[in-house]
Amino acid sequence: MDHAVETTLTVNGTRITRRIAPRVHLVDFLRDELGLTGSHIGCEHGVCGACTVRVNGDIVRGCLMLAVQADGCTVETIEGLSDSKELAPLQQAFHEHNALQCGFCTPGMLMAAQDLVRSGTKPTRDEIRAHISGNYCRCTGYQAIVDAIEATINGKG
Amino acid sequence: MKAPSFAYAKAKSLAEAFELIERPGARILAGGQSLIPSLNMRLASPELLIDITGLKDLQGIDRRPGGLRIGALVTHAQLQRSDAVDQHAPLLLQAAAHIAHPAIRNRGTMGGSLALADPAAEYPACALALNATIVLVHRRGERRVPAAKFFKGLFETDIRPGEILAAAEFPKVERSVFLELARRHGDYAIVGLAGVADASGRRIAYLGVGATPVFAEQASRAVSLNAALELLGRDLQPQADLYNSSATKLHLAKVLLSRAWTTLSKPH
Repeated sequence: MDHAVETTLTVNGTRITRRIAPRVHLVDFLRDELGLTGSHIGCEHGVCGACTVRVNGDIVRGCLMLAVQADGCTVETIEGLSDSKELAPLQQAFHEHNALQCGFCTPGMLMAAQDLVRSGTKPTRDEIRAHISGNYCRCTGYQAIVDAIEATINGKG
Repeated sequence: MKAPSFAYAKAKSLAEAFELIERPGARILAGGQSLIPSLNMRLASPELLIDITGLKDLQGIDRRPGGLRIGALVTHAQLQRSDAVDQHAPLLLQAAAHIAHPAIRNRGTMGGSLALADPAAEYPACALALNATIVLVHRRGERRVPAAKFFKGLFETDIRPGEILAAAEFPKVERSVFLELARRHGDYAIVGLAGVADASGRRIAYLGVGATPVFAEQASRAVSLNAALELLGRDLQPQADLYNSSATKLHLAKVLLSRAWTTLSKPH
């Protein structure tokens, strides 16, 4: 690997050290090196949101961060938040509201939605739409996704 | 697509960054929210990326007499949460909401936006409207450049080889309006307006209408909205983009001026 840089990061609670080529972005590293294929790659230029992951507690575009920049960081992916059951209420609501069809956008959508859920605010539907505005879904038309997020936050079925 | 191969170094100090920046093909990496997509699309091919995100000197929002100093590495999300920005430069807060989406605002930085000088970006127009001072640091000291002289062309600024954008200083102006028209929220602006007003008068700048942000000097000084709308045609000669003609852009710039005028024209 050219110009490889030793990088240590914590992914879903596991400390990992690897030599990583700087050109590799975080999602490619998570998928190809660690086998965490739940974070998807759509556009690779920050438009679609399918690669959304959490770094040090904040959601980021996994395709717009180099893996070597995650040195010393705590990274959480859809796999980690599913296993910890943090996402269980949202996942249940997505299921009940038919908030996914092909499912390609769903991991990123859940990561962005959970960011809003755990903010502790009571967002309006417009605010929910604004928060997921960087996550593209080409199937649902978003209505059911907003319904599911609203149901999770406001307890509306 | 995938980025081409390059080397990476995380600067531990400004001194180290100044040393690294002398190397051939070196480029500064801050939040990376514009640079990394351009790498992924192979529009840029640096040989070395110097990650400056660890430099404490470039962080933080400080109240100064008469205004605010915002470190280059302050992210859009940090800026949005800042009470100091809310009190001293609410224009920036209003503008930040238009920058892309939450996940991008968590990493993108004020300094990166100013240094890239994308003509459709929000902060450059705000800097122009607010008469900001851009602080550039180099091996032997610093250089302070007024925003009006900083933006020189399409993606071109007054940053000289060996210099790093360290901060921007904004005078306190409470009354402000930021408006933007885009096809979808968070998309590139078709046209946007950054306007402020205080006892010394109005200052209105536009984004998305040329190679740089444009200060609408004559419209800013107009005595009435009708006069301002007339004069705006002298201030702006918008370049057409793929979807909007020059005439459309000028029309939309006038629409924004009409919406902003009342707020910018109340007596002080």
